[in-house]
Amino acid sequence: MTIPLRLTLNGQTRAIALEDPRITLLDLLRERLGLTGAKKGCDRGQCGACTVLVDGRRINACLTLAASLDGAEVLTIEGLAEGDRLHPVQAAFIAHDGFQCGFCTPGQIMSAVGLIREGHAGTDPERIREGMSGNLCRCGAYAGILEAVRDAAGQTEHREDAA
Amino acid sequence: MTATSMPASNLPAGSVRHGSSIGQPLTRRDGPLKVTGQARFSADNLPPGTLHAALCVARIARGRVTGLDVAAAGAHPGVVAVMTPENAPTLAKDPDAKDGPFIFRLDLLQNDKVRYANQPIAVVIAETLEAATEGARLLAPTYAAETPRIGLDAGEVFTPDSVGVGAPPAESDGDVEAGLAAASKTIAATYETPAQYHNAMEPHAAVAAWDGDRLTLHMPTQGLAISQGRLAGLFGIKPTDIHIESPYLGGGFGSKGVPAGPQVLACMAARLVGRPVKLVPTRSQMYGPMGHRGPTRQTLRLGSDAAGKLTALDHHILTASSSFDDFFEPAGRATSTLYASPAIAIRHEAVRLDTGTPLFMRAPGEATGSVALESALDEMAHELGLDPLDFRLANYAEVEPITGKPFSSKALRECYRRGAEAFGWAGRPLQPRQTRDKDGFLVGTGMGTATFPALIFEGMARAEIRADGTGTVELGAIDMGQGAWTALAQIAADGLGIGLEALTFRMGSSDLPNAGIAGGSGHTATAGNAIHAAAQDAIGQLAALATNDPASPLYGAGNAGVTAAGGRLTRRDDPSRSESFSDILTRAGRARIEGKGKAGADPAAQKSYAMHAHGAVFAEVKVDPDLGQIRVSRLVGAFAAGRVINPRLVQSQYYGGMIWGLSFALHERAEMDPRTGRFLNDNLAEYHVPVNADIPPMEAILVHEDDAVVNALGVKGVGEIGITGTVGAIANAVWHATGVRVRDMPITLDKLLG
Repeated sequence: MTIPLRLTLNGQTRAIALEDPRITLLDLLRERLGLTGAKKGCDRGQCGACTVLVDGRRINACLTLAASLDGAEVLTIEGLAEGDRLHPVQAAFIAHDGFQCGFCTPGQIMSAVGLIREGHAGTDPERIREGMSGNLCRCGAYAGILEAVRDAAGQTEHREDAA
Repeated sequence: MTATSMPASNLPAGSVRHGSSIGQPLTRRDGPLKVTGQARFSADNLPPGTLHAALCVARIARGRVTGLDVAAAGAHPGVVAVMTPENAPTLAKDPDAKDGPFIFRLDLLQNDKVRYANQPIAVVIAETLEAATEGARLLAPTYAAETPRIGLDAGEVFTPDSVGVGAPPAESDGDVEAGLAAASKTIAATYETPAQYHNAMEPHAAVAAWDGDRLTLHMPTQGLAISQGRLAGLFGIKPTDIHIESPYLGGGFGSKGVPAGPQVLACMAARLVGRPVKLVPTRSQMYGPMGHRGPTRQTLRLGSDAAGKLTALDHHILTASSSFDDFFEPAGRATSTLYASPAIAIRHEAVRLDTGTPLFMRAPGEATGSVALESALDEMAHELGLDPLDFRLANYAEVEPITGKPFSSKALRECYRRGAEAFGWAGRPLQPRQTRDKDGFLVGTGMGTATFPALIFEGMARAEIRADGTGTVELGAIDMGQGAWTALAQIAADGLGIGLEALTFRMGSSDLPNAGIAGGSGHTATAGNAIHAAAQDAIGQLAALATNDPASPLYGAGNAGVTAAGGRLTRRDDPSRSESFSDILTRAGRARIEGKGKAGADPAAQKSYAMHAHGAVFAEVKVDPDLGQIRVSRLVGAFAAGRVINPRLVQSQYYGGMIWGLSFALHERAEMDPRTGRFLNDNLAEYHVPVNADIPPMEAILVHEDDAVVNALGVKGVGEIGITGTVGAIANAVWHATGVRVRDMPITLDKLLG
């Protein structure tokens, strides 16, 4: 018996037949759909490496059963750039050296995109640090992550002011 | 991809050579792949037909497995096989056989013995990860448990044959007891550091596929050739029949220096079922078979004359290895290099515990040792009524203590000066508990000296220049976050005298020349000098073609008479006479020219010089006087580590090291239940590592240092040194804020209130 699942995944409508109710969103993405950008660092919602946006909200994909997401809109790191044009958060992570090994980076970036959309942090360093604290980085790239998020958040504010 | 540049004002003086790649703060060349999710880490591979494997691990720390419900696991839908000692493929070599310095004993289902908690005792292989995971749960093992030996007081104390990798357990110079007797002030203090776990974000995954007796393996490793050699021995095949892909590591920190047992189990499982197998251990399963930083109990005895000159420095270390293998944390290393004293003695002793075997973990030895040494120096400075920085300067080692060798370079005084200036150290009150901020928090400052040896290992590289003016450099180098994809390419481009856009750079595969291990902060030196040598070989051959050809404007210049840059060879004595690589090769009828190079330690230099990187770290902390909560509010480090290949990446390495120091001082500690030997916090929620909110504003100053001795490129390592001064600096700042000296790491609020 399979469970039918309809998702809007990175802007595309997908009809998926889940063969097992135990499948998490993370294992669906990584092991069945070939979207390996989201990473599994703990499988317990403790590290944030699997962060994706579901209906615009950042979540731990490892703690989310895929079967619970019928009709949801899922955005992963693979859907963030527009063709070759990087999302401002992606570009800022490169410019500010906001990563070293890069394993937590897809989760950090999705979390940063979510944080900026939530609109609570602005460019305040303390609020950004707090808002990014669900994503561990063992390499210790936190200074660069902070600067990258501030930079990208500032660009977003600037665009909104102009509009 | 285009590299953006850091603003010029951020650049350390003297680090940029315009017109070349070395010294430029280029952004990471692998950046676009990593920010888009396209960088393929080991566990991101899924060859056709791959099965998923899950480990079943021991819930006891010592004893035997008496039962596994293989029938229940095997009956679960989707389970293909259950691998236990009954049916595990036969190995060509006993995994407990020790036949090399980097061979560690592995638990590979050879018997029913349990030597530590979380030891693998079975592997379930299934069509899906969900089925494998449930199958492993259904095995429901039963045990005959024995009382485990847990904690430094649980074992019989002995002197190990060696510590670290082949270092002597004891070193001394002069008469420590006489030095203590002659001192006008003495202190003695005992410090403890806990077992710590690497916790690289990426688990030790393996995706293994056999084709007859040939093995293809996607596996994160810091040492491609070491891994090939270990696996070849275990499976009785040639190293060249093992192909390992390891283009990106999700952090290593020492834990991926040698293959871990579960990675070998993935290969065994693939052989058992005759299909590719992917095995990714869970986070808690990494607390045991992947190594850890061994615990230490260190006693420091210092003597000083009234003027603040050390008369004796005695450092005793008690550490622990496993019951079945040897790795002893070499915590005395910093003491043998940092401060001048007429008498120094260092002794390591150890016990054996029912834990996994410890291993090298970022700054093994220096990290643990320097927290004790730097705390003790601070305690002595206070006894003497001296400023801690002045006390360190009074005991500055002009030559390496014990060996008496001169340093190949040592810009530590400049590190002290620049760090103190940037931090605002001058005028700090000598007495503790003197300062409060506007919110009433106690404010304290502290400092520590950083040190790490400048190591180089054996490595090789291949370089090629083609008639179209492009080039290739390739070697089995590893990027675990330090930036090898970028920094080594910069060295390669300069070596070949071409721009990065004309360079094809390959690494991260075992099919390429052996570039040694990415560890010991020695990879840029090793791989970089191998690249430099290979490029020199290629350029030398190109120069020979040109300078021997009467049709070339370079004819007669001799190899030493030309330089390579911008895709051209140019006469040193007449820059107007030059010729492009393309023209030289085309006229000679050559499509390409290939160079080979290798790197390794220079025994003559090692005999004559002590070679270390140095630094100084300054910390400010704020402590809640009522609740004891500690926040680091500022961290400034100044480091001198020879030539800087890429200041942006080096700065990130220092930041990372300093954050590890903060983590060591305030967060990390593996807790075990002494009754069962099981972990109480083998997960990322309860084993604390810093989050972004724990990190204060930081500054890392790159102090200029030339070193003509250390290696041809003049580079030292930067990956580990950042931890070494930081732990002590924070511990000293906490004392300065509160007047409470905590000698048991990590410093937590209960220890300040108690």
